[in-house]
Amino acid sequence: MTLLEFDAVTKVYAVRGAGHITALDDVSFTLRSGQTIGLVGQSGSGKSTIAKILTQLETPTSGEVRLDGRAIPRRGAGLRAYRQQLRMVFQDPFASLNPYHSIRYHLQRPLRLDRIVPKSEEDAEVRRLLERVRLDPGVVIDRRPHELSGGQRQRVAIARALASRPKLLVADEPVSMLDVSIRLGVLNLLADLQREEGLGVLYITHDLATARHFSDEILVLNQGRVVERGPADDVILNPQHPYTQELRAASPDPDAHFASASGIDGGAL
Amino acid sequence: MDTTVTDRTNDPATARPAGVPATATIRTAEDPPAKTTHDRPTFRSKLGSAFAMFRNGKSIAGLSILGFFVLVAIFADVLAPYSPTAVDHTARFQPPSAEHWLGTTHIGEDVLSQVIHGTRGVIVVGFLAAIIATLIAIVVGVMSGYLRGWRSESLSALTNVFLVIPGLPLIIIVASMFEDPPLAVVAAVLGLIGWAWGARVLRAQTMSLRNRDFIQAARANGEPLRRIITVEMLPNLMALIAASFVGTVTAAILALTTLSYIGVIPVTTYNWGTILNWAGAQGAFRQNQWWWYLPPGLCIAAIGVALSLINFGIDEYVNPRLRSAGERARAMKKKGLNVNDTVTAVRPATRTEENP
Repeated sequence: MTLLEFDAVTKVYAVRGAGHITALDDVSFTLRSGQTIGLVGQSGSGKSTIAKILTQLETPTSGEVRLDGRAIPRRGAGLRAYRQQLRMVFQDPFASLNPYHSIRYHLQRPLRLDRIVPKSEEDAEVRRLLERVRLDPGVVIDRRPHELSGGQRQRVAIARALASRPKLLVADEPVSMLDVSIRLGVLNLLADLQREEGLGVLYITHDLATARHFSDEILVLNQGRVVERGPADDVILNPQHPYTQELRAASPDPDAHFASASGIDGGAL
Repeated sequence: MDTTVTDRTNDPATARPAGVPATATIRTAEDPPAKTTHDRPTFRSKLGSAFAMFRNGKSIAGLSILGFFVLVAIFADVLAPYSPTAVDHTARFQPPSAEHWLGTTHIGEDVLSQVIHGTRGVIVVGFLAAIIATLIAIVVGVMSGYLRGWRSESLSALTNVFLVIPGLPLIIIVASMFEDPPLAVVAAVLGLIGWAWGARVLRAQTMSLRNRDFIQAARANGEPLRRIITVEMLPNLMALIAASFVGTVTAAILALTTLSYIGVIPVTTYNWGTILNWAGAQGAFRQNQWWWYLPPGLCIAAIGVALSLINFGIDEYVNPRLRSAGERARAMKKKGLNVNDTVTAVRPATRTEENP
């Protein structure tokens, strides 16, 4: 079942004194529920514009975005329902949680705003959410964000995104601000949750390795255009478009480094 | 060899299911309830954290001095030994004595009683003006910072206009419209001309806050605008609001005493500026009647110091680097280093034989 559909979406920014910048140029793709699409591309390729359109910070210049077959509503009850179905995990867990509020507050708000559970069950639901992201509710529930580590905060952010029981999760570089040693843990958590809940995930990243590890399909963006799309392994291992080849060549390859360092295959890259 | 290795996989306490990363916290139904080091935030703990910015030595010292003056203002009638306007022609220009602790004026009024009663006007005007100014600053500043487009620009323009309105001439005009301007009017005018700077600062901070991820996240959650501003933003602006409030109290007190001293607001109720005005007019400065002009002057200085201390305390709370700066400097002095050295002192290089 098609969950999200980008239909010939174009976004043009007017820049003072510099004419226009086309951030997205005729981008079309679909995302089925339960599917993970990795959106890769370098800075300025239009990844974040897609996230901004989905979170309604920007509106497309032309084209249409549909969730569950319906165009994104502008206001009212439709907008509320749309927001409830699509949630975002932000890049920087140090900035995405309000330093003033407790973890309990962060998870309670979406529950109350979307009336997910009756008030009397809120507390139990908050605890359940924390357990879902493998945090100990007894320890973290009344803490403030600054008392948690980066990985723990990102888990809280994921729990917050899941609180309204969305169908689609937009993860904008969810691990790029985390310590390398905990990235895999967070990504595996996302993958588990996605499998268990049948979530659609749009994974925005510039890291080809995690995109391949985590996504079913990969979409390569370059200067606002989709230049390549296909199953994750295909796109990464057998890139067709020159830009994808460049991207791949630019990312460090641990095997190649090991080989050249040990002198087996010196210099050949 | 085998005996030294404990097989942890058979130990039920440490065993974990396959595939679960070691960082994960496993909770089963049999788990004893985890000990919560952090209790659920109560009203008291929330109040405590809201005032965390005042919980340091400088702020507490400042608040104590300010609290002293507030108490004096409240209990002025009880504390003052005489009425501030009681004339005693038998005791004119008297230096401090047992009957008149701070001496008397040219017509035998008790200076101590005047200073005590004068505190009231200073405190009332200072706080009332600051409350008015801070409320306007919050509304205008946060709104113009959060909104976009012409509404933001017009509020910003309004702020700029009030920034450049010359305050003293305005208050002289307003004061001259009244025979005897009540303190509330003086405070209102001082508040009305004093909010613009706070609004400017709050606008800048709000503009920076509104693009933070946690505000975006709140919006994505569908939080209504009033909650985003009052619950998500205002707590993060508290330190700035407090600092701007304290700054406005200082400005209002200085303005009131200045205006009273130069005699443009003829308030019949005494404040420290009025006392200085009379002292100046009767030549106390020339005749060296220090007991008349020194006490009110010192009071103005003391309340200024108190308010500055509170502001320093808030500053340290907002910018923790300031907090450790003093400690660092002391530690350096102990080691015999000069704090003002621009670079870390480098030990003279020990000569080593260089390899060819």
